[in-house]
Formats: sequence, structure tokens, C-alpha cells
Amino acid sequence: MQDEPTPAELIKAVADFLRNEIAAEIKGHNAFKLRVGINALDLVTRQLALEQGSDAAEAARLKQLLGMDGALIELNRALCEKIANGEVDLQTPGLSEHLWQTTMDKLAVDQPNYASYKRELGNK
Amino acid sequence: MIEEQLGRCVASWYPGATGVTGAAKLSGGASQETWTFDIVHPSGNVGAILRRAPPGYGASPGRAAGLDAEATLMQLAHDAGLPSPRVMHVLKPADELGRGFIMQRIEGETIARKILRDEQFARARPILARQLGRVIAGIHGLAPAKLPKLREMSATKEIADLEREYRSFDWPRPVFELALRWLRERDPGPSQQVTLVHGDFRHGNLIIGADGVRAVLDWELAHVGDPMEDLGWICVNSWRFGEIDKPVGGFGTREELFAGYEEAGRTVNPDRVMFWEVMGTLRWGIMCCGMMQRFRQGPDHSMERAMIGRRSSETEIDLLRLLAPRGKA
Repeated sequence: MQDEPTPAELIKAVADFLRNEIAAEIKGHNAFKLRVGINALDLVTRQLALEQGSDAAEAARLKQLLGMDGALIELNRALCEKIANGEVDLQTPGLSEHLWQTTMDKLAVDQPNYASYKRELGNK
Repeated sequence: MIEEQLGRCVASWYPGATGVTGAAKLSGGASQETWTFDIVHPSGNVGAILRRAPPGYGASPGRAAGLDAEATLMQLAHDAGLPSPRVMHVLKPADELGRGFIMQRIEGETIARKILRDEQFARARPILARQLGRVIAGIHGLAPAKLPKLREMSATKEIADLEREYRSFDWPRPVFELALRWLRERDPGPSQQVTLVHGDFRHGNLIIGADGVRAVLDWELAHVGDPMEDLGWICVNSWRFGEIDKPVGGFGTREELFAGYEEAGRTVNPDRVMFWEVMGTLRWGIMCCGMMQRFRQGPDHSMERAMIGRRSSETEIDLLRLLAPRGKA
């Protein structure tokens, strides 16, 4: 067992230091790159906090939709195949809800400030 | 070093020019660079831009029209009275600068967030969509006989290209599958109208001033195909930069864009435009995935490219908003 602090705590501490102490001192193109770097660390922090829960829920939905079991990526491959060959489509009960929930969970990690995501959060 | 070469080059075709100054690289991948510089002249310096593939780089990759074609298209657009820089010189082997061309530098802004928020563009924003509609119509109206050799595209070919690229990533994305299926089922077939298509008409490739559009840049993806593609591409949500209720670049409506286009004597097919907006949204999503591939495989290991890979989910939510909208928006 690895000891504390957790990866999420460590990354958040580094991101906060870069944001609060360093960002103001960096100019030009490196200031832009630093912002991208801080965004990347924030993304990792969100993923560490949210991924387990959203992956488990996604896998449960997929098992229900597909009537099969397997690793999350295999379930997603199976769903892709069924969409590609027309076996399931937006008329299939549960597909639209599943795609929406999965996409919302991705955006919660990738880009929670994306305007379309913020709009849809208030539009369930 | 580039200033010496540029100085010799400019002296060979610009009467009275004595050299160049202030050369700075604006952007550049491995195979293509853009430089800004001033031509030194007794009657006042002249701003110029060099766009080139450095010596040692041959043909342009994949979909690119090629720098010679880009120069021809820009000049044609300029001659037709469209907002386009004048091409001053097409590079020759004797210039020892590689392949490419030198054009007039046009002052203005290309960064979307500034164009959408800064006070100096407040008067331009309400007129831009209509203006751009007229400009796109002008591009589509350029005489086919004068065009350089360009790749011919159709909706069917574009769907196949996108699908091939998506499959090459070998990473399952059910929303992209849904979009591919939607596009295949609604493929409108060959367009009745086939014209020059700019191929990348959006923020970043448009120089905007306080008075509106000043120049259309970057003809790298120009091709011949369905003119509705350009109208769909500029409506893709990724170019609205947060202003999601203004479909044209975050500053205007489709109605304004279409009105400008039709004022210039051409006809809009709104269903085809919507089809190309879906195609464009998927295309940008797949391009984001491609950035992530280059991050993994490339030597530069760039953080920005890695993070663009995580923007493909933005296009997934936009595709769902287009194809499977929930309730009332």
C-alpha cells in the first residue's frame, strides 16, 4: 500500500503553487504554456476524483444495453460495432441517455467550462 | 541569416528596395513556416509576410493544396476584389528560400477571443456574418477555368476519409460512430453546384479590423466541391468560443450569413449547410484525436497537443446537441 498524501493531493498542491506563485512572474509564450500545463494538472485532479465512479456507472449501463459483460473498453468496442452496423440507434431504449451521460461525464473531467456542457448541466 | 536571403530576394523584384528588417517567425511546423518582415524602401517600409516550406521539403502533405496553389488562389481572390493580401512574389530556386511566396502584410486581429470581446471590434461584430457571407459567395464565384489544380471532394469522399482516420486511432467513440452513421444515411450525394471551396474558413484564418473582415488567409485546405461546406464549417460550435447562441463564429446568425451569401447572387441550401456543420463538428473532433496521435508519436512531446486531444469530447457533446437534442435548449 502506498502512503499518503494521495496523487490527487500532490498534483493539486503543485497546480496551486504554479497558479498562485509562479504564473504572475512568467511572460510571453511561456505564460501561455504554463496555463496549458496548469490546465492539464487540474484535468488530472478531476479525473482522479471522478473516473472510478463514472466508469463503474458507464460499465453498468453498457452491460444492460448490450446484454454482455467485459472490460469497459471491450464494451465500448461492442457498442461502436452495433452503432456502425445499425443494430442499435437513437430509437433503441437507453442509447441516447447512455451517450449523453457518458459524454457529460467526459466533459466534467476534460472541459467543465465548455459552454455547451454548462448549458446542458442546467437542461437535464 | 534569413534577412540576408530575403533582402537579396526582395531587391531582385522590388525596385528601390534596399533590404529587409524585423524578420520574425510567426508560426511554423517542420514543413511550413510563416515569417513577418518589413521591406526597407526609401519611400517608407512595406510590411510583408513570407509563407514557405524551407529548402529540403518537397511536396505538401496529404490534403494540402500546396504553396503554389495557395499563391494562385490568393492572387485570384485579390484580383476579384475579395479581402485577400496581394501576392508580391512567388519564390524561385535562385532565391534559395525554399518553396512558397511573399505577400502583403495586412494589419488586424485573428484571435477569436479578442474579436468577440474587445471594444475595438464592437462595431464590426454585428456586420461580420453578412459580410462573410458575401466573401464566401465571392470565393465560390471565382472562375473555374482560372483555378490551379486542386483535389476534388464530395460528401461521400469526406465521410470515407473521416471514417478511415477515426478507425486508424483504434479507440472506441460511440458518439463518433453515431455521427458517421448519421452522415452516411443522409449523404446528399454529388452536389449540383461544384465550386472552389476554401476549406478552412473560420476564426484564425480571417483578419478582422474595426471595420470588419480585411483578409482571408490560409488556403491550405482549398479544394473543389460542394460550396455549402464552407457555410457549414464556419457554423461549427468549436469556432463560437463560448458564444454558443451565435452560430456564425460566435458573432452572428445563420440568417445573416445566408443573406450576405444570397446578396452576392448565389443560393443557399440550408439542409446541406446543416449536414456539413455535423460533418465539420466530427471533422474537428477527429482532428483533435489526430493531435493526440502526433503528441504520442512526434519528437516534440508538446503539452498543448496532448491537451487538444482532450478537447475531442467537446465535439461529442456538440454532436449530441445536433443529433440527439434533449428537451428544449
